[in-house]
Amino acid sequence: MRPTFARTVVELAERDERICGVIGDVGFGVLETFASRFPDRWLNVGVAEANLAGVSAGLALAGARPFMYSIANFPTLRCLEQIRNDICYNRAPVVIVGVGGGLAYGSLGATHHATEDLAVMRVLPGLTVIAPADPIETELLTRAAFALEAPVYLRLGRSGDPAVHAARPDLRIGRAVSLRDGSDVTLIATGAITRTALDAAELLAPLGISARVVSMHTLKPLDVDAIREAIDRTGALATLEEHSLVGGLGSAVAEAIADHGLRPRSFLRLGLPDAFAHVIGSREHLLARAGLSAPGVARAVAEMRGAVPASA
Amino acid sequence: MTAGTAAELGERARRVRLEVVRAVARAKASHVGSALSCVDLLVELYFGWLRVDPARPEEPERDRFIMSKAHAGIALYATLAERGFLARDRLADFYVDGGTLAGHADATGVPGMDYSAGSLGHGLAVATGMALHARRTGRRWRVAALLSDGECDEGSTWEAALLAGHLGLDALVAIVDANGQQGMGHTRDIVDLEPLPEKWRAFGWAVREIDGHDHDAIARTLGSIPFEKGRPNAIVARTVKGKGVSFMEDDVLWHYRAPAGDELARALAELGA
Repeated sequence: MRPTFARTVVELAERDERICGVIGDVGFGVLETFASRFPDRWLNVGVAEANLAGVSAGLALAGARPFMYSIANFPTLRCLEQIRNDICYNRAPVVIVGVGGGLAYGSLGATHHATEDLAVMRVLPGLTVIAPADPIETELLTRAAFALEAPVYLRLGRSGDPAVHAARPDLRIGRAVSLRDGSDVTLIATGAITRTALDAAELLAPLGISARVVSMHTLKPLDVDAIREAIDRTGALATLEEHSLVGGLGSAVAEAIADHGLRPRSFLRLGLPDAFAHVIGSREHLLARAGLSAPGVARAVAEMRGAVPASA
Repeated sequence: MTAGTAAELGERARRVRLEVVRAVARAKASHVGSALSCVDLLVELYFGWLRVDPARPEEPERDRFIMSKAHAGIALYATLAERGFLARDRLADFYVDGGTLAGHADATGVPGMDYSAGSLGHGLAVATGMALHARRTGRRWRVAALLSDGECDEGSTWEAALLAGHLGLDALVAIVDANGQQGMGHTRDIVDLEPLPEKWRAFGWAVREIDGHDHDAIARTLGSIPFEKGRPNAIVARTVKGKGVSFMEDDVLWHYRAPAGDELARALAELGA
């Protein structure tokens, strides 16, 4: 997603001179094209995330359209109040870009595990929260985020994220998109782990479980109609996210169920435990340990359905 | 620009102070001392240096003003009313149930305001971003930010100071309302900021230190911006918290207390009501 984002933002900037890039000394090997093509619209504020967000707000309020970029925890948690007050309260059209959402930087340790960012961003008034599932969603939603002319948090994976779309989809902010049809359960996923939901659906098929998969790329505003449709079609729901079980996609869907009187036959939330990881490793390793590999997800869904557990 | 002599603007400042005290008393609001300390600076900005027009508050080429010490919001609202941006009767909306003028200055629905704030240490970064955009796009407008000395405790203030110095934004001016008081007492006793002008200088700013109640000095200093080409401008304005009401001056109690009864009568009398 990172290279796709970098390419897309250059394409956007070629057409709109208001666009500028603001970084907090992160982006080596990724953003040099933007920096060299648009040196007058490029700013590295240094290792200073409060300033990253505050300066971006000022640029936006003055008429620029900044994309502010860093590793997912830093442009969200470190400068939370600048996002809340300077960007959201002042309605400054800044696109906050967090790379390495979830466990992408698994071996770097818990400081670099972005596992609470969605919850924290989701609670801010006026902030649209987007987590694309793959490179094509990254391209389309980066364009849509810019076109929104409002504060956006765009949570990206890293590079080499596999595709979930076979064809170019019609993507709109706030409208979930179905990736696979099924009749027994709907797996609703957000972000790079959406590919795992598709792989788990493949593993469930031989067990006689027909799993539908939906990409909920926009966490806020949440597509409640898509949840209602999922319940109508499959009865059972499972959410999957590379994020703490507190406050992210699963919480958002649970809130929608409670608030709109929805009645899923069964409902399972899959995500990361409410704990810091002191065991480190690659993203794949850490996800598997947390039961969020494709076999782990398939097993949990099969158990919910009362079917034979899939073998890991 | 309206400007006026120092005496004329001093008279406007007196009227603004009266509105500040009346509004704070009416709403039983806090921060009257913080508001009174920066009235002369605000009046000189809005009647002198800032190129703004109440008839066209959204004029794209206007100068920008950032009220970073937004807890003194009533001083800004009252100055905007004096300048004609805001109907004077809107001041009744300050700090009361159902009101729209928050204690900490909220720009929503207030012509002449460019930014909403309230938590300290935010404004200078936003002002820096605005000034950078002006320079990049070849605009002539300038940006002023009014900071409290207490908010110079905030690391984020110095993140912005470092960057603005590095970028050499000479159309940016940070004015520190250095009244020497913060939430719990004198700044020198809590976290000593001195020597404050030297700190700004060390961050690459051109610095002037003035009496923040001397209208001649404020006008002259603002008028000489940029102090040095290629450096942002800092004005350390030495002020008195609660200025203009003798029993409020340099007393941290008036960070919190609203005048009532006899206190209010004395305050209004001292301000020539």
